[in-house]
Amino acid sequence: MEIPTALLVNAIIAGLLLGGFYAAVSVGVSISFGMLDVVNIAHPAFIILGSYIAYIVNDRFGFDPIAVSLVLSPLFFLLGMALYRVYYLSFEKRGQESLRGLAFFFGILFITEVALVLIFGVDYRMVSTRYSDVTWRAGVADFPMRLAVPFLVSVAMVLGVQLLLTRTFFGRAVLAVAQDQLALRLMGVNPVRVKELAFGLSIATAGVAGAFLIVIQPVQPAIGREFIGLAFAVCVLGGMGSILGTLLGAFVLGIAESFTSTFFGPSWAPAVSFGLLLATLAFRPSGLLGR
Amino acid sequence: MSNRAFAPVALAVALALAAASQLVTNEYFFTAGYTVLLFVILATAWNILGGYTGYVNFGSAAFFAIGAYTTVALYNAFKAPLPVTIVAGTAVAGLAGLGLGYLTLRLRGVFFAIASLALAVVLYVFVVNWDFVGGARGAYILQPREVPFGMPRYIHLIYSVQLLMVALALVVARAIEHSTLGRGLAAIRDDELAAECSGVPTLRLKIFSAMASCALMGMAGTTFPYYLSYIEPSSAFSLSYAVNSIAMPLIGGMMSWIGPLIGAVLLGTVQQLVQVTVSSAWNLLIVGVLLVLFVTLAPNGIMGWVEAWRRRRER
Amino acid sequence: MAEALLEVRGVTKRFGGFTALESVDFTVRPGERVGLIGPNGSGKSTLVNCIAGTLRNEEGSIRFEGQDIGRHPAHKRIRLGLARSFQIPKPFASMTVLDNLCVPLLYAARKHERLPRSRVVEEATHILKQVGLADRAQAMSGGLTQVDMRKLELARAMAAKPKLLISDEAMAGLSASEVDDILALLFGLKEQGVAVIMIEHVMRAVMKFSERIAVLVAGRKIADGDPQAVAGNAEVVKAYLGE
Repeated sequence: MEIPTALLVNAIIAGLLLGGFYAAVSVGVSISFGMLDVVNIAHPAFIILGSYIAYIVNDRFGFDPIAVSLVLSPLFFLLGMALYRVYYLSFEKRGQESLRGLAFFFGILFITEVALVLIFGVDYRMVSTRYSDVTWRAGVADFPMRLAVPFLVSVAMVLGVQLLLTRTFFGRAVLAVAQDQLALRLMGVNPVRVKELAFGLSIATAGVAGAFLIVIQPVQPAIGREFIGLAFAVCVLGGMGSILGTLLGAFVLGIAESFTSTFFGPSWAPAVSFGLLLATLAFRPSGLLGR
Repeated sequence: MSNRAFAPVALAVALALAAASQLVTNEYFFTAGYTVLLFVILATAWNILGGYTGYVNFGSAAFFAIGAYTTVALYNAFKAPLPVTIVAGTAVAGLAGLGLGYLTLRLRGVFFAIASLALAVVLYVFVVNWDFVGGARGAYILQPREVPFGMPRYIHLIYSVQLLMVALALVVARAIEHSTLGRGLAAIRDDELAAECSGVPTLRLKIFSAMASCALMGMAGTTFPYYLSYIEPSSAFSLSYAVNSIAMPLIGGMMSWIGPLIGAVLLGTVQQLVQVTVSSAWNLLIVGVLLVLFVTLAPNGIMGWVEAWRRRRER
Repeated sequence: MAEALLEVRGVTKRFGGFTALESVDFTVRPGERVGLIGPNGSGKSTLVNCIAGTLRNEEGSIRFEGQDIGRHPAHKRIRLGLARSFQIPKPFASMTVLDNLCVPLLYAARKHERLPRSRVVEEATHILKQVGLADRAQAMSGGLTQVDMRKLELARAMAAKPKLLISDEAMAGLSASEVDDILALLFGLKEQGVAVIMIEHVMRAVMKFSERIAVLVAGRKIADGDPQAVAGNAEVVKAYLGE
């Protein structure tokens, strides 16, 4: 059977562009779960929250959602710090993270979703930007701007996080806290503080990713749950605690989903991340770039 | 009371309640009661893997739906009677739990939790696309016109069957809790590495626990299609099952079989009463908030308070 | 010469680029008391984990009573008679001290020694008496003092009716009299014919207890023999005190 070149090329492009977005979704989990060992399954809740905030501002003032999210990211940062505080005092300190921590974050995820339903209802919401309907063509290749713009900002953000972690004192403290908390204390750095800031960073990325999401597709509160498997799949696939691994894993997942969607139908897409997660855990648990 | 004594007592109580319920004239009692009983089974089942073994299952809805849709599939294929579909639904859900457990329980608990959530999503997509069981449009199950045991309406029978299932679930949970298996599971929950090094075959026990837990959840779902004579995916996979099956044991107390029973009866009844006045979204919000409050401030739940009070009295 | 109870040959364990154990040979005979010492980070705990089965070594073989146990999961090794305690005590916190012992009694006992459930409590109480925890039997295991937790760790290992018991730094941070308590406990195992590997930094205890001492430095075994000889070994002294 002849697969039309155009179809193939565009499936790959869509996969890559989507992959960039998936990296933004997952980089926060790479930090919270990969480096801090905090199982924040409520991460998608903050993405959706970001989407809705971007929607409100766009709806009332017409500002570009991505720009808004970047401006508002310090708020998400503070929210993340506060959440970590609660988590640390209630669970981590007492050694109860596994069962109760999970239940806690599930509760947060749940509350966020239901609260959004109460406020906004279950209808899909979308934004309109100047580039929503623009598509750049190059030969047979289509580059829809609604995918391309988030892709560019997303990759920039992920690389920015990578630079932050590898070049700054704070960043290296975060990498260190993942490996040896005692050594950090001996250096006079408070590991809890470092984790708090890192978790804040993770939630801040979620807020921005939310803006990407609503530019790419309409959102409704229940979508969050679909991203949990995806975010963890990308992190595991890329290698826990490796930002560049997350980027790579995101591209792999994006292309896999794009191909599945194109050739088998879009409703099977959620199964792809599940399948990839299971396959990675079964055959190469350390992931592509993992330690 | 030994297990041998508990089983007949539980059965007797269930039969007595079923008989007594025939005197109730308010039809709403049965629809609300059925739902509360459903949650008792889900909470008790969830707690076998959650409270006893320490592994969180976010996909209760998936296994519940497996039970429900097995009933639909067998009904559509062979007009299979209820007892057959109950056994089949329980078995299929148990197998699914076995499969999921086998694939993910050798890893950290968080991966099992995520996989269970992902399973719910994937299964939902699968069911929505499967026309044989009605897909997104839903499926109709015709309640038999002749109700066995001379009951006035079919919902009375469903209610009674659910009572018997509750008895079975409690017997199973209690038997596991007080057995050698239960000690092994508790050891795994407290410290899996130490348990493994004390001779507990952790993987085998975890998988068994998952299988038993998921089978019982499926069992709870097998009567669901008959509840309204109609079933469609979004209600079968409702978020309410996922959050309640975690909140109820947490609030009641996860260490023993009594906790989920208390949590489910309390929380379930409150939700049924509140539902008439408040929208289901507000209802779920309150459950979610209670979950977070209890897990943060009172992690041992109501039974935990009882235990603490009892210990204080002993001094 | 008695058949080796435990035979570790050429065991190598790597973590990514870091080699924690390099071709380690180690033998223990039935009933023998062996001390295993070495500076922090030398690989002692890694060796224990490889022997007990909580880590898998990349190279080398581990034989117990002549049987290759390299593929056996940890729970199977303890059933063969190989028990270990944890450096940082890991009690089953939701259970009482007594119930903690019931777990290995129920699960680790070898088939021909499996007790009927009625006798398990009796046996657990007996072991608690041996270690001096009988009066704490009904206490919650999470709230014990340090020394009692160490005793519970060892008691739990003993409840598995082992042929070989690995005591991993049970005396760390204890007072002199507490150290003597633990030492007496371990000597008591000699009466039962249980071989013991004692991993410690408390040198007087190691010297007193061991028939033989092995020394690990940076993943390699650099000495193995008579305690006095090892204590006088120049390389060993250098490893501990530096140049």
